This record gives sequence, structure tokens and C-alpha cells, in this order.
Amino acid sequence: MKPLTVNFRSKAAMTLADAQIQQSIEHVYTGFYKGRLTAAGDTPDWEDLRTKGKAIKDHTIAHLDYYLGLLADNVEKNGGSVFFADDAEEARRHIIDLAHKRKIKTVIKSKSMVSEEMGLAEAMNDEGFETVETDLGEYIIQLANETPYHLIAPAVHKSRADVAKLLDDDYKDGDRVPDATELTMMAREKLRGVFERADMSVTGVNFAVAESGSIALVTNEGNGRMSTTVPRVHVAVMGMEKIIPSIQDLSTMLRILIRSATGQRISTYVTMVNGKRRPEEEEGPEEFHLVILNNGRQKLLEDPQMRESLNCIRCGACLNACPVYRKVGGHAYGWVYPGPIGAIVTPVLTGLKDADNLPAASSLCGACHDVCPVKINIPRMLLELRYRTAEGSTDKDERTSSATERGIWKAWRMGMMGRRRFDIGSRIASIALKPLSRNGWLTKVPPPISGWTSTRDFPAISMSSLKSRLRKRNEGSK
Amino acid sequence: MSENTSTTPRPDRVTLFASCMVDQLAPDVGESTVEVLEYLGVMVDFLDDQTCCGQPAFNSGFRSEAYPVAERFVDLFEKVNGPIVVPSGSCAAMVRNYYGDLFRGNAELADRAKRVGDRLFELTEFVSQFFGTDAISGSRVGTATYHKCCHLLREIGVDEQPIEMLTNIDGLEFSPLERADVCCGFGGAFSVKMPDISSAILDEKLDFIEANGSSTVVAADTGCVYQMQGGLRRRGSGVQVVHIAQVLAESIKNSDSPEVKR
Repeated sequence: MKPLTVNFRSKAAMTLADAQIQQSIEHVYTGFYKGRLTAAGDTPDWEDLRTKGKAIKDHTIAHLDYYLGLLADNVEKNGGSVFFADDAEEARRHIIDLAHKRKIKTVIKSKSMVSEEMGLAEAMNDEGFETVETDLGEYIIQLANETPYHLIAPAVHKSRADVAKLLDDDYKDGDRVPDATELTMMAREKLRGVFERADMSVTGVNFAVAESGSIALVTNEGNGRMSTTVPRVHVAVMGMEKIIPSIQDLSTMLRILIRSATGQRISTYVTMVNGKRRPEEEEGPEEFHLVILNNGRQKLLEDPQMRESLNCIRCGACLNACPVYRKVGGHAYGWVYPGPIGAIVTPVLTGLKDADNLPAASSLCGACHDVCPVKINIPRMLLELRYRTAEGSTDKDERTSSATERGIWKAWRMGMMGRRRFDIGSRIASIALKPLSRNGWLTKVPPPISGWTSTRDFPAISMSSLKSRLRKRNEGSK
Repeated sequence: MSENTSTTPRPDRVTLFASCMVDQLAPDVGESTVEVLEYLGVMVDFLDDQTCCGQPAFNSGFRSEAYPVAERFVDLFEKVNGPIVVPSGSCAAMVRNYYGDLFRGNAELADRAKRVGDRLFELTEFVSQFFGTDAISGSRVGTATYHKCCHLLREIGVDEQPIEMLTNIDGLEFSPLERADVCCGFGGAFSVKMPDISSAILDEKLDFIEANGSSTVVAADTGCVYQMQGGLRRRGSGVQVVHIAQVLAESIKNSDSPEVKR
């Protein structure tokens, strides 16, 4: 998928002005966020689980080579094949070649953000394979020819009427809006035949278990299980960080993932796949292929300030908690991963220069850090990326700050380095702004802070500092 | 985290770190802070040379500019002993939680900064930890609600304590704010750099404030106070947003028997 991070501001502005999307997206707070809060509250050892989850991921990422090797060995022992893809292009080519060789006609996909990175469904359709998304949200997005809006709820921005229009060619504005069950039945009718004729499936991986060579899939619609049992070829795709050492670890990770994502204690389906069908088994694919994608993750791994972002288990909790995501929506972030986690991984994976607005678009409220099931300190990394765009601290080419901006902060520093300058600067500002102020407030201020008064009054700067007030106070009491 | 730990000896002398914003934009908040502390029997020293902790530049990514300002802060405040109190969760978080990152290339300075940070308290944190949330019993007639400023809540860990302090005030009719823990959209330079997004977040906050119906919104960080008050004024709303130090100081003044509860 081609990054469009450079359009952040304009996409954000469009979403801010779209009342329907603003209303739809409220659900991530009232539904998911509140659900997570309740589920976490009902889990007595919740904080311990988060600590454990973080420790598991820290350990795995620190020994990633070892665990990837172990995983590959065990998948092969189970009769599967493993392919390490350096980038999206290589992964796409591998999967398309595989499909050609197996004379595949129909491919069913279950939800996978990594396959979005690859732009896989589109590429396979272009190659002549009938490729259909089977997760309801992804299916809606595919019909709308859009990209996912949210990590776990790809079509969260769509109203029911929007969905009805996509599923039913005859649906017109003003018709009765079908309820969620009716919409699901419409999609089910369309998808059933595709499931029956599919000869290949592509699924994601929620966790790959190194010690057993198994993959775990978390779904609520049953499409994941259909995908792993019906077609004769199963291809699972994963980012190289989606790995944990053992089955015991899986029990911890599933608990925190599912509660953080939807507030459920467990999802409707948790599917474990140990590769292809064995001789004694009645169902399952004849072939199992695991594609492990790098696509820039090595850069995160080698970057001590950003490495922790590889701990992410893609639950989406940080999106639901984020006041910025809930206003600007998922498409503003311009690539696969939206919200706070997107704001830290997208710039590294796709290039910071074009994505400099992503880390800038944060009030640093810390809600993302607070809800993260593996305690990723996202604000700290947003600040790190701001450091890089402001000063080109790790790569001069990444500097996007303007000369004016740099000048302002230089002047700020000079003003802060001495108390006299600090006082004089403030008094000059207060005198300069005084003619514009009424009752201690201003309705218009000059640059560089003019943005403030587009929507808010600005406080007049006090004519006296606290220092002088306290001095007077002390003199008075003597 | 910041329960009243009665075994801890109560400090009788502190150094005030005003924060640049309180010092120059909102000295009233600074005076109120002094009054609250003095009411509790704490003597307040003020270092005349203080300016800023460096947070504005740090948060904007300009660490080379933030660094000397932060170093100056450490130089200045390590010369005094005892607790340092600041009426801002955001500035407290900068010193306590982010100086380590800013000074990561200089272990000696990072260590000195940590020792200063260990003595630094946000005002409501300081009061609730050493004196208890019931230490101030003044009176202030009116309706009020409370917004939980992000850095105080999530970086410093002060959650319900300020509300306990407010409900301890006679005549003050408190009603909890819906989504009190959701950001107001301030975010420092973010509010100016991306005013449309900042204001959209603020609008949600102001809707909940207006729905709450209280005539006063209390918050513990000046930036958030100005963000909310500035937005409410633009809406033509008469709701007042005030710093908690001001509410406490005013309540103390209104109280019939202003005695020190020690």
C-alpha cells in the first residue's frame, strides 16, 4: 500500500467537517473503549497481566532472530513452508506465484493488516484471482474500494445506510435502513458461495507460537475458521514481530489482546492452526504456507528509541482512547496503521519526512500509553520522532522544521536563559498586546500563535510577574 | 500512590517552582498556591532566578534549545533542600519523567536531574500526600465540576484526590464531569500548530461542560484552564474555568475560622 501520509492535514480537515463520520466514530469510545475499561476492571490481575505481556514481548523482540528460527523450524516440521519476505513486493510476488502454480481460481481472505501492507487483495484481483475479503468490515471496505479505518473495525466510519448501499445495488437513500443482523445476512448470502468455491485462503496471524510452530487467530465471525479449513491451500501472513515463545505465553497474550480490543473476555472464535491437514484428520488444507514480512521492521528493531513499538499486538485500544484519532479518523494517517501506534510506526516504516505531521498531531495526553496491553510508551516515541523532524537528530534529511520555527525556539531559549530577559520579554509582550485585549482576553493574536484565536480567546499576559507580586507581598508583611 | 501517608513527616518549608506560564501569564495562580501552602503551615521560598523547565521546546522536538533551559533548572533547584512544589502536573511530569530522556547523553546530569525530580511535587499531589485531601476546609458557594488534566492524571498519578479536596469545601456543590479524564485538546504548541484538531477535541470537552451545568470548572494546569476558558468565552458561555489553587485559596479566605489543621 502506497503511503499517503503527506496528506494528513487535508484528510484530517475533511473528516473534522464530516458530521456522519464524527457520529459513527463515536462508537470506538462508547463501545470499544468503555468495553475495555469494564473488562479490565473485572480482571483482578489485570495490571500483572499487562506487566507479563510486556515482559513476554520485550524478551521475544530482544531475541527475535532465535525465535523466528525456531518458529520456521517447527512450521516446517509440521509440514508447512516458511517464506521470509524482505518487503511487500517480495511477499506479493511469492503468494501470487504460489497461486499460479497451484492453479488457484478463488482466494478468500480473512482480516490481516499485514496483507494491507502488501496490498495483497488488490494485487491478486489484478492477477486474475477472484479475491474476496471475508471479514464483514473488510468486505465492506473492499466493496467501497477504501482502506481500513481502524485496526479491528475497518468499517467503523460507515453508517448502516452506507453499508446497505454497498451490499444492495437497489438500495436508495430514504429506504428503510436495515439493522445490523439484516446487513450481516445480506453479506453472508453473498459470501457463502465464495467460501464454497475458494481453493486458497489468506489469513493473518494474531500470534505465532515459536515452540510449536502454530498460529493463533482471533475472530468473531467464523470466517477465520472457514478460511483455515475449507480451501486446499492456506497461506498465513505475519509481520516478523507477531511471535511469542510458548503456548503458556499465548494464554497471557490472548487475555490481554481480546479484552483490550473489544472488551470481550474471549472472542467468539480462537483458532489454532498447526499447519496442513494430517493423515488422520478429516478436514483442513493440503498445504500450509507461512509468509513472514519484514517491510521495514528491521529499522524499528535496530532503533533503540523506537524498538518498543514492535511489542504492539494490534488490539486497537490506543486508537479508541486517542482524542486525536477520534476526531481525524483512520484515513488521515495515510497508511495501514492509524492512531497513536500508526503515528510511531508509519513514519519509520514509510519515511519520516512525509509523515512528520503524524507525531506532531498529538496533545501528548498519554491515554494511549495508559490503555496499551503491553504498556508501550507511545508518547515518549512521539517526542522522539518530533526531535528527529525538528532537528534532524538522527538523520539530517529527516529535518522538516522551517527556519522560522527554528528561529522562534532559539529566541525562546535565549529568553529563558536569564530571569531579566524572561521578565522583560513578557512585559514587552504584555504591553504590545494590551491595546488588543478586553477584560483580560484577546480575540486575535499575531503569529506565531495566531492559530489559537481561530477558535479560542487568548489570555492577556499579566502586567506583573509572580516574582514581583511575591516581592510586594513580602514587603507588605514586613 | 498519593494517599495521605501519615507516617511521612509533614514538610514545613518548600520551594515554589511557579512554572513559566503561572509566573508570567497567571501570577494569581502562583499567589493562590502560596496562600494554600501557608494555610497548611508551610513556609514558601521563591527562587528569583527561575524561568522554565524546558518543556515547550522539548515537546516541540527542539531538544537542543530545551537542554540548556532544563539544565539551568536543575542547577538552580538543586541548590535548595526540601520539597519543591509546582502548581502544574505537566511541568512536574517534564522534570520527573522526561528529563531522563532529554539528558540521556549525560549520565551525571541525568542523575542530578533525578535527584531534583524526586523532591518535586505537583501542588495537589503534595497536599494530599502530606496533609490529606481533607486538610483544607474552607467555604465557597456555587456549583463546580472538575476536569482531570492529562499529565497530572497519567504522568503523576493524581486522580480523584483533587475531587476529594473540592468536595471538602463547604457550600460547593460538586457534580462529576462526564469524560473528565479525556484531554481538552491543549497539548502546548499542538494547540497552535494544529488548531483545527485541538479545537475539535476541545469542542467535545465543552459540550460535556455545558451539559454538566456547573458554573465553575476546576482544573489543575494553567494551559488546560486557558484552553477551556478561551473556548467557552468564544461560545459566549459564562462558565468560569479556574485553577484549583485559586478555588482552595478563595475557600480558605471565605472560611469563618481559618485555622491551620495540623
